[in-house]
Amino acid sequence: MPVIDPATFDELKQMSGADFIGELIDAFLDDAPGMIQNMESALANKDIESFRRNAHSLKSNANTFGALELAGLAKELESMARENNLDIGNRLEVLKEAFGKVAEELRGMRA
Amino acid sequence: MKSSHAPGNLLIVDDNRVNRILLARGLEQDGHTVETAENGKQALEKLRAGSFDLVLLDIEMPEMNGYQVLETCLQDSELRNIPIIMTSSLDEIDSVVKCVELGAEDYLNKPINPILLRARVNASLEKKRLRDEQRKLFRTFATKEVADELLKSGFSLGGKYVNASVMFADIRSFTSIGEKQNPADTIELLNNYFALMFEAIIGNNGIVNQLEGDGLMAMFGAPIPHEAHREHAVRAALEMIELVKGFNVEQAARDKVQIKIGIGIATGRVIAWYTGTQHRATYTCVGDTVNLAARIESHTKVVERPILIDQYTSEGLSTDIELESLGPILFKGKQQPIQILAVKST
Repeated sequence: MPVIDPATFDELKQMSGADFIGELIDAFLDDAPGMIQNMESALANKDIESFRRNAHSLKSNANTFGALELAGLAKELESMARENNLDIGNRLEVLKEAFGKVAEELRGMRA
Repeated sequence: MKSSHAPGNLLIVDDNRVNRILLARGLEQDGHTVETAENGKQALEKLRAGSFDLVLLDIEMPEMNGYQVLETCLQDSELRNIPIIMTSSLDEIDSVVKCVELGAEDYLNKPINPILLRARVNASLEKKRLRDEQRKLFRTFATKEVADELLKSGFSLGGKYVNASVMFADIRSFTSIGEKQNPADTIELLNNYFALMFEAIIGNNGIVNQLEGDGLMAMFGAPIPHEAHREHAVRAALEMIELVKGFNVEQAARDKVQIKIGIGIATGRVIAWYTGTQHRATYTCVGDTVNLAARIESHTKVVERPILIDQYTSEGLSTDIELESLGPILFKGKQQPIQILAVKST
């Protein structure tokens, strides 16, 4: 699976306009680390609602950019939280790693 | 695709910055004026302070979520007139159905598809414009005497003869499509389908005046007269067939059912007028031409041609529109056989 699905990314570029894709990438790269951080602190505080909401936002953005693996991981965490299950093992670590790859790829596409 | 839509003032409500930027940039490119709000509370403040034609509303938001904003708007005598399109991810489909039941105008799945975004925003804006006109019309005519009469009999004002082209269109074998898939898919299919058909009809100076199930009726040449109403109607039909082709490609890609449509057009004198009650008003028409258009549309099934027109519609069409005469047909309930022509779509 590619880190960023090219068809989705092209469609995104077409929709936002080529001039604005950079703005969009910047917004995502700025905001996503905060979402992950929020998930970590929500996990520590057992704040299931905050955990679910941040996983949801991350999933939504990952889908927008065609970051399918990241979206899948975030979606799984969102579903677990929805079922009141914060027994997530190392899934957040895996997700952070996936985000690192996505960020690197997007920075490349931005340049 | 030609876009003759008037721009609108749009409010985008989403707690997610990426979504806000994406929707705003996409819609600004189409000429709309866009404001954004990050949460429900801010959205209501902006809605009360400004004048908006359409809201794109996220469901999942902190503080005040999309449901609460929707409910507040629907209970407010001013805000209830602004159409609201819910935006949500696919796995929130149950929530979306609830919103549509509550009174949301439509919904869009995230990630947003740019073609559907444009079509559905334009269709919603167009519907709002029609409703605004009807409301204005009703207020204009609703003196106490008239209003009393309306309550008794509905209203019929300024009925007159006009020369117009009348179109009927429907989806082939829609009943069996409805049986094959779940209700949410059927709603989605019809909403997308109608949004595209509105786009083609309105873009060619027509008005849609009836929707029933999967069928629609449209008029060209009234209420605003247009000399080229025949040509407008046929061009709209050709565009509809093209849009359905594109729609089918997308349906196929998502492993969803594909559709076929039939379109019948007849031209002649109709009696057109505004009709309705105090709750709902519309511009409509009756006459032989309307019946004939409906019969011609049914005939598309018999001869398996997507677009059929009568002789009057064919007169004076541009030469680049290819026609094939199918000869005279005697329709049920008609005294004289009618010359029918098929319009070739590319």
